[in-house]
Amino acid sequence: MLYKKLIIEDPSALMFGLAPKPVSTPRGLVIGGGKVYSELNFTLPEMRINQTTVQEVYGHYTETVKGALDRAVHLNSAGVIIEFETLLEMTRYPEIGIEIIKRMNEICEDYFVKHGLPTEIRLTPNDLREFERPALQRTSKLLDPMMELFEKGMTAGGDLLSIESTGGKEVSDEALMMCDIKGVLFALAVLGVRDMRFLWRKIVDLARSQGKIAAGDSACGFANTAMVLAEKKYIPRVFAALVRVISVVRSVVAMEEGAVGPDKDCGYEGPYLKAITGIPISMEGKTAACAHLSPIGNIACACADLWSNESVQNIKLLSGMAPVAYMEQLEYDVRLMNEALKAGTLHRDILQQLLVSSDIYTDPQALVLAPDNVIAISKALLTGDSYVANARNGALKALDIIEEAHTSGKMVLPEMELTWLPLLRDDLQSIPDDEERFVEMMLPMLDQSKFILSEYGL
Amino acid sequence: MNKSPSLAANFVNKLNTFYFSIMEELIAKILEAVEVGKVDQKSPFPPQMRGMEGAFELTTRAIEAGVPPQAILDRSLIPAMEIVGRKFSENKIFVPQMLMSAKAMGAAMVQLKPFFASGAVKTKGTFIIGTVKGDLHDIGKNLVSMMVEGGGWTIVDLGVDVPAERFIEALTQHPGAVVGLSALLTTTMVSMGEIVSRIREYSSDTRILIGGAPVNADFCRRIGADHYSPDPQGAVNYLNRLIA
Repeated sequence: MLYKKLIIEDPSALMFGLAPKPVSTPRGLVIGGGKVYSELNFTLPEMRINQTTVQEVYGHYTETVKGALDRAVHLNSAGVIIEFETLLEMTRYPEIGIEIIKRMNEICEDYFVKHGLPTEIRLTPNDLREFERPALQRTSKLLDPMMELFEKGMTAGGDLLSIESTGGKEVSDEALMMCDIKGVLFALAVLGVRDMRFLWRKIVDLARSQGKIAAGDSACGFANTAMVLAEKKYIPRVFAALVRVISVVRSVVAMEEGAVGPDKDCGYEGPYLKAITGIPISMEGKTAACAHLSPIGNIACACADLWSNESVQNIKLLSGMAPVAYMEQLEYDVRLMNEALKAGTLHRDILQQLLVSSDIYTDPQALVLAPDNVIAISKALLTGDSYVANARNGALKALDIIEEAHTSGKMVLPEMELTWLPLLRDDLQSIPDDEERFVEMMLPMLDQSKFILSEYGL
Repeated sequence: MNKSPSLAANFVNKLNTFYFSIMEELIAKILEAVEVGKVDQKSPFPPQMRGMEGAFELTTRAIEAGVPPQAILDRSLIPAMEIVGRKFSENKIFVPQMLMSAKAMGAAMVQLKPFFASGAVKTKGTFIIGTVKGDLHDIGKNLVSMMVEGGGWTIVDLGVDVPAERFIEALTQHPGAVVGLSALLTTTMVSMGEIVSRIREYSSDTRILIGGAPVNADFCRRIGADHYSPDPQGAVNYLNRLIA
């Protein structure tokens, strides 16, 4: 890892709304500069996207943005990020995605001019490469529409660039189901790191070419998959917590390549990225229950600079359309945080303490998001001379923290969770420092028909 | 010295009882190995059975001892996976434990394969499964596939991003098979309706099961599928009801 020292070493400085390296946007948002803003994401109701329906698709996006920004104005919002996380067809056929951005951006500009509401669009194309199995991470023609959407989408009004990239997922999916922590570490700290470097170099170059913001990635397909599987009781929660920690070494590569934040909402590794690099982050928790359940509804808020709902379908609720309702929920959450920030250190610290203490010992995945633990684990993540060693050391530190919380009686873990702790520790301790030795160790254990080493520069 | 007929019959009876008890013991041991996920002797899982024989070795011994292969399937493998499925449904074990059981069953099935080919062993039927066109999510599909196989069905896994034509092609190769459709996205669940219609056009009486995060029983009814299952064990239960 390029980073050798934490930017935030004091847990009390890991605070919502405040980042050492705030990001300023064209319409005047200063993310991480003392205020938390809402980040709204929404998706279509159950419908097809094709030539026949495309006008209806455009209508959904424009009406939703209008409705949400109307509500934001009504609630005296300080500013909004609209995340446009594309549906497959919108990246596969970039002209659809570009047209949606153009139309949404016109509305954002209109609200900025008429109401002074600063709103920006985060553009998040799909990583189409996973459509090919085994994936051609570096040579796939599917990279072309992805990059075209980034490039022309920025011109159309997308100011923050993000993606949920999928390098390593070929290995991770099975490793998650088998609770194979070495497989997960191989997927994230070897394949994921290498793919992130390849992809983010391109994204950062594109962003710089138009003066836009290369924001960040998310280990959604890895650590959030683990979290959702743990919520369904498919895999142990202690395992999911370790996957989250390991994902840090993969997501931080975007910053190493020049991304500046705000990191993506569903990347719960965000607090670690904030501590290590100083960037502002987007987070989601209780207000993202519309998209997925989680055990970290409050604690996720503790050091957020943008507060997101992850995604909600544009359907009618009793109060109105769902995205408008979620706009309101997000606004009330950020209003509370901003009031605490305005009221001074004592108030913001108390609010953060409540957000943390209400979740911390209910689940190991919450435990590893508490600011004290984030700093302690982040320090461990920086020890070692390879991403493999960084990830292993971070995961072992997280395991220490989980075990200590259980032994001290603060966190109760059922027997079927506890069984996994020694197995996970043994597996982690068997991982060598050196990437090459680790790759040699892992290859015989993996189904090599599922991934192509040369596509990762190996 | 001549033995009396009654003594000889007694001896044969005792021998039969002895062999019967060996066979019963092997059937019970294979069931246990599959239930706890002990694949073979080399397998380190579960830690408390390190170095002990697994499903592979036990099945080899059982076949050599003359245990009928159908009995191994019906009295060891299928009941073991039913126990595993039940424990999983009751949140008593995690997926990796269930997967180890499936691997152990797979190791036993390797030994039974020749008997399947000869017709000496029969599965309950064929289940064709795939994630629908436009959707790449396969974790749920794989779980269902594994549990259904563990329940004694032959699996034809078509993978992800599967269009209607490939389901129909698989049905032509496996007439009478049950079809399972999986989707995770609100935009791809729409494909399910089209695939169900196409399958109905080809073969109106094919049973179709659906699953995935955005779908439910109401959606299942609307698109004309036969059953919605929220979890893998529900899929196994539904399939077993079809042949009951």
